[in-house]
Amino acid sequence: MKIKFTLNGEKIEADINPDAYLIDVLRDHDCLGVKKGCDTGTCGACTIHMNGKPALACVVLAARADGSDVITIEGVREDAKRIGKYLVAEGVEQCGYCSPGTIMSILYLEKCVENPTDEEILYYLNGNLCRCSGYVGQLRAIRAYMEAKNNEVCA
Amino acid sequence: MKYVRNSHPKKDGMQLVQGFPVYTDDLAPKNALIVKVLRSPHAFARIKNIKTDSAKKIPGVVCVLTWKDVPRVPFTRAGQCYPELSAYDKFILDEYVRHVGDDVAIVAAKDEKTADKALRLLRVDYEILDPILDMEQAVDHNTVVHSEKELFTHINVGCDAKRNIACEINLGLGDLDLALKNSDHVFKARYNTQGQAQAMLESHRSYSYLDQNGRLNVVSSTQIPYHTRRTLARALEMPRHQIRVIKPRVGGGFGAKQTAHSEFYPALVTKLTGKPAKIIYSRQDVFRGTSSRHKMRFDITLGMNKDGRMTAINIEGLSDTGAYGEHAQTTFGAAGKKVLTLYNKVDACRFSGRAVYSNNVPGGALRGFGVTQGTFALESAINEASRELGLDPIKVREMNMIKKGETTPLINMFTKDAGPEPIPMDSCLLETCLEDGIKHFDWEGKLQKHAQADKSSHLKYGLGMAIAQQGSGLPNIDMASATIRLNDDGFFTLLTGSTDIGTGSDTAMAQIASEILQVPLERVVVHAADTDTTPFDSGAYASSTTYTTGNAVIDAAEKMIDSIYETAAKFYNVSKEDIHYENGQIFCKSLNEEISLELFSNKIIYNTQHVQLSVTGSFVPKKSAPPYMAGFAEVCVNTLTGEVKVTDFVGVVDCGTPINPNLAKIQAEGGISQGIGFALIEEVKVSGKGVLQTDNFMTYKIPARRDIPNIRVFLADGHDETGPFGAKSIGEVVINTVAPAITEAIENACGVRIRDLPATPEKILLASLEGVRVNKENIETSSPC
Repeated sequence: MKIKFTLNGEKIEADINPDAYLIDVLRDHDCLGVKKGCDTGTCGACTIHMNGKPALACVVLAARADGSDVITIEGVREDAKRIGKYLVAEGVEQCGYCSPGTIMSILYLEKCVENPTDEEILYYLNGNLCRCSGYVGQLRAIRAYMEAKNNEVCA
Repeated sequence: MKYVRNSHPKKDGMQLVQGFPVYTDDLAPKNALIVKVLRSPHAFARIKNIKTDSAKKIPGVVCVLTWKDVPRVPFTRAGQCYPELSAYDKFILDEYVRHVGDDVAIVAAKDEKTADKALRLLRVDYEILDPILDMEQAVDHNTVVHSEKELFTHINVGCDAKRNIACEINLGLGDLDLALKNSDHVFKARYNTQGQAQAMLESHRSYSYLDQNGRLNVVSSTQIPYHTRRTLARALEMPRHQIRVIKPRVGGGFGAKQTAHSEFYPALVTKLTGKPAKIIYSRQDVFRGTSSRHKMRFDITLGMNKDGRMTAINIEGLSDTGAYGEHAQTTFGAAGKKVLTLYNKVDACRFSGRAVYSNNVPGGALRGFGVTQGTFALESAINEASRELGLDPIKVREMNMIKKGETTPLINMFTKDAGPEPIPMDSCLLETCLEDGIKHFDWEGKLQKHAQADKSSHLKYGLGMAIAQQGSGLPNIDMASATIRLNDDGFFTLLTGSTDIGTGSDTAMAQIASEILQVPLERVVVHAADTDTTPFDSGAYASSTTYTTGNAVIDAAEKMIDSIYETAAKFYNVSKEDIHYENGQIFCKSLNEEISLELFSNKIIYNTQHVQLSVTGSFVPKKSAPPYMAGFAEVCVNTLTGEVKVTDFVGVVDCGTPINPNLAKIQAEGGISQGIGFALIEEVKVSGKGVLQTDNFMTYKIPARRDIPNIRVFLADGHDETGPFGAKSIGEVVINTVAPAITEAIENACGVRIRDLPATPEKILLASLEGVRVNKENIETSSPC
């Protein structure tokens, strides 16, 4: 079947299997930063934005993307750099496999909450599993990022 | 020091966070055949027949392979140096399937859909056999997991497959009976540790293709490229020189990828068809078709005098290696060797027992590698015995543990080719770990606070602690090497066989090279883990990279400096003594001239000597350089639900001098989190028929962000003479103290002792209700706990 959607700002027409998951279609379109970790929508490594909200591409049927606006990490490289710098400075990207999905969630958090508390950070990111870092360092990195951003705004 | 002991960001970090295509599946050719494995639904069965006709007829199916189509060569998938200690008990495919998830047939097709369809059309006629699933019943059971005549071990490890015994261990010192007889107090208890999944986020995966010379190239998410090359060569009956294994970026391993799994199938398909082939394990494939932490049981007998002096330790253990014996002997051995040596003042000690075959999913390597299991048992027993005698568990540790400069003959016994000379633990900072831990954790303050807590509250707080060690590489077994090249324009290429699986070891190796070569980190380009182009390294396991490969990098870098001196002498036509090198500048003292490394390298390559400076260094550890750790846990037990929250965890780690303190700290935080999962949440569960009840992340829970408290890690200021710039390992030791510290804290909080991990709310609530029934007078006066 054919679907049309916007992928990272570009209009796409794709001929897909009706049972294809969005993650496979995205990876076929060279969005290789979308990672498959669990196949069951549990780990968050495949987090993308669909119509402005986070979605787990490994459990969303590609057909559902018809007519929607999809953003992957490839579409927000500059943001990824801006936020990722803080993860890297703390050493908490580690294997990096969960990083793109985590950054997509951080971007949504930013959009929803201006000055998130720790609890809000944990709430928005709880669906992004990381087996390497133990999370506390990621929290430090996100706090540092938010703080730096605020300082920038004040300045 | 300029570059080491510096929290430099990981060299690959920025590419990773931006999602650049650097992992196995990102790099695989788009036209690769999709390989899938049909897995057994039965725990034990003989394959009477497999009908493949219908599957083969599907357009797009390229090959269907059964046990009749693969070489009949036994091997072990365990990543260990040759000769391995694991039995050669695996064929690529066999007539028998020995666990639910064992491989039955291989399918390769043009795409995933076609491969799935082919799998569905395979008709397997099984003769279902009675499985043995209870490790306690395995020895001399009617069911023999391995009856094939080809099974063998290179080294006598006590393997007796006809009796389902994978290995037998019996080691110790002194007269145990006498020591126990003379003890004031003898404490006995049984502890069980569960199967735990490594649960790295990137599953096992590989792809393969033939290169321009017709050689088999295998790109794999692995911790052991060199062992994989050797094992693939054997399994596929190919010469090693026809195989190249490349490791790209890896999305975590934790030991899961210290056993070769996914590589065999695409490699075989490529060998047979000449076409590129790829396999991506589903999460279910990982759970059912790979390995988890060996489930172990320990019976501990501990002799302790009234003053807290430990007199005797006897550990009788049992380990379930499941259907195959990968890492059976080494993990089980580590559970004794790296646990007994922590307490060097006992009059006698012993560790004995067996690892047994069963029809469970195989055991394998997971961070801590048996030491985690053994530490849980012994540290728990010490905590319990201290409690019974009314002693402070910290004082008991201080009195009995190994200290700086001390040793035990056990270390000689457990170190290959160690000889009789005592091996002192010169860099041991366990005392500092304890002292600093008490302070940072505020042990006394917390004790007082909890003593004054409201007794009627259903929330009860408690404290617990434990100590642990691990190794830094395997002395006289696992070796590493590094090659350094001076390129034109004065930058260096560092080639190492070491396998960065996300830890940042490539960066740490570059830092070590930078320190000696005296050039900024960006001028050391790292290329690693490609068996064709990088020198040998046993792999990322046994906490070895920083220590073992780090020392090899030092060796290479020092040789490079020497080579620069020698070549500069020829360049200036002076003696070597006349040359001085510092921070990328070469000075000729007598001529009073200097030249930058950039210009020098350009000259010697293009104009003058016409040489490429290239040197290789190697290293094998000669002695054990264990890292140590003290872990302190505070928990809050909800006595109405049995739920445990870790409210504080302090870890003080003696990893020698950290090469990259940030990355070391994250290793510790990550390891402690994995330890919290092991202590409280995670368990590989099996049904009565051997079917996994936990084969995805919905049923097998790993800690999420909100399950992890504010872990606080401190690095003791250590230095090991034998380590690169004083460094020891850190990757594994960090998981070991967590479970015993937490279960002690639970007892301290609510009086319930959990000896079978994980400490789930159900177990705690049931045990506390049991306690109420036993101790009736408590019913009226106190809450369930």
